[in-house]
Amino acid sequence: MKKGYFGEFGGQFVPETLMGELEALESAYERAKNDPAFQAELEGYLSTFAGRETPLTYCRNLSRDLGCRIYLKREDLLHGGAHKINNTLGQALLARYMGKTRLIAETGAGQHGVATAIAGAALGLPVEVYMGEVDMARQRLNVFRMELLGATVHPVRTGSRTLKDAVSEALRDWIARPAETYYLLGSAVGPHPYPTMVRDFQCVIGRELREQVLKAEGRLPTAAVACVGGGSNAIGTFYPLIDDDVRLVGVEAGGEGLSTGKHGATLCAGTKGVLQGSLSYLLQDRDGQILETHSVSAGLDYPAVGPEHSMLKDIGRAEYVAATDDEALAAFSLLSRREGIIPALESSHAVAYAVKMAKEMDEDDIIVVTLSGRGDKDVTEVAARMGVAI
Amino acid sequence: MSRIDALFSGLERPACIAYLAGGDPDPETSLAAVRAVVDAGADIIEIGVPFTDPIADGPTIRRADNRALAAGTTPDRIFELVRAVRAGTAVPIVLMTAYNIVYVRGVDRFYREAAEAGADGVIIPDMPPEESEDAVAAAGRYGLDQIFLVAPNTPEERLDLVLEHAGGFLYLVSVQGVTGARSGLPHGMEERIAALRSRTDLPIAVGFGISGPEQVRALAAAGADGVIVGSAIVAIVEKHLGDRDAMCAELKEFVAGLCGAVRDGA
Repeated sequence: MKKGYFGEFGGQFVPETLMGELEALESAYERAKNDPAFQAELEGYLSTFAGRETPLTYCRNLSRDLGCRIYLKREDLLHGGAHKINNTLGQALLARYMGKTRLIAETGAGQHGVATAIAGAALGLPVEVYMGEVDMARQRLNVFRMELLGATVHPVRTGSRTLKDAVSEALRDWIARPAETYYLLGSAVGPHPYPTMVRDFQCVIGRELREQVLKAEGRLPTAAVACVGGGSNAIGTFYPLIDDDVRLVGVEAGGEGLSTGKHGATLCAGTKGVLQGSLSYLLQDRDGQILETHSVSAGLDYPAVGPEHSMLKDIGRAEYVAATDDEALAAFSLLSRREGIIPALESSHAVAYAVKMAKEMDEDDIIVVTLSGRGDKDVTEVAARMGVAI
Repeated sequence: MSRIDALFSGLERPACIAYLAGGDPDPETSLAAVRAVVDAGADIIEIGVPFTDPIADGPTIRRADNRALAAGTTPDRIFELVRAVRAGTAVPIVLMTAYNIVYVRGVDRFYREAAEAGADGVIIPDMPPEESEDAVAAAGRYGLDQIFLVAPNTPEERLDLVLEHAGGFLYLVSVQGVTGARSGLPHGMEERIAALRSRTDLPIAVGFGISGPEQVRALAAAGADGVIVGSAIVAIVEKHLGDRDAMCAELKEFVAGLCGAVRDGA
């Protein structure tokens, strides 16, 4: 009777009010997945609206500097500036398919909120976004973008006033108005069927990447590297490579360092528990109270992680490591200067670790880094840290 | 027969069920508040074990949880609270908490310690029957009732599943949404209760959004076997944070009023 498990992780830990809704969602998703008209419409939006397929870019300068072959999967070039739109278009179409009349979403860095607002505007569905007050302050640009796109942004003032609290508030909204509401969850977290459904919508990243690298190099990469907050761009990258001989490396938010306790490195430092609908690794104390997290990137500032990543960690199929705030900021500058690409702070964590790995690699080894988003949203925050007034 | 079963089978009127956030605003004051509610005549006491991130709770109970946590309330302190309350009364005590608190402690250990402390039942709002195998088994091992919620939108086919697992009483959620005091009652409660009654022998207690004697009277008249009041009681604790005597006095008066209303409506 239990369903939606990845090994011992996942499940459906939600109030009874949502159980019927999750069942309806699961069966609608199964129908849509096998409905050629639905899939054709999604592919149409992805190619003519979102900008797929995204390029695989060879980093000529970094590869020369570091002595191996480094590629970037350019999800930063998608409409809205991040991989998030792969999922929001899929789920917004599903919401319409189910006859839902309003979309709600949580957002951390604001990228998922923007991507939901874009999908809602394109499909004519009103959008309300829950966002922590702390995140609203550090991502003002994205708040304004959501408003320009016609969405309403609700500030969340509870708890740490970041992503975790925004998810809880969105769940409470859904509990209050389940009949008309579609909760468009932004990462591969939450109760079944979200982790599977979000993964499926994000797998386009890994499928394209696999074909593109085979075409460019005639072989698969040595390693695929992606940042992990909830873990949607990472699972979308990893899943199509899961049966291949490719190292899969997830990079979490190391914040000020794992030993300081100020980080968001759930898989590196967490323990098993249940939060916001699923069993996974969490950052919590010995009684199960959730700890405050810290990261320079709002999108990785989250005390849980997708259940499938927890399984991949436990079975040893993927490696999970952390990059600190300082390492991510250094990678942010490095990629900007050496390759002419300003990465999102979230993606900068993946770049930072790839740089570290590259030093240990042979010159014909291939590393593909999923660049989940672009850094335009982060320039104000980075400038402030550099002491530059803009 | 459990204390909860014994209570309902011996009662000629609906039960008055009072919820307090355990450890709110601090463990000591919380014990005084629970005792005040017991003295006022509540038939069952629900004690919340605070959690940092409860998804089914509204702002009133979330603030209470935060106060309790800030004052150092842990599951250990809640079990101490239950022991202290149990020492002075035979009133049934039900613990209500998030699944993570139970899971992290170890499901078996949580139920064993709850039973040893003198609790009679456990409610875990974010644990649907599908995920309840370990908990229901542990409840059975230690003689605790596992209480489940039924929502306004619970589909027919799910109801069988809930009833298959449920013990103690059925917690019928009156309104769509999270916990929190509201005015008025949704339409159709009488029909909803009657429909459930035809499916189960469990007592049916109605909760969420019940704020005062008028709604309690109406629910008693609608056929409820129990009425659960939470946020309205927690709000009284919050109103008198600096003054324990005034807090306990108003708690007594308010809960006595609810108990009176239960009798009037029956």
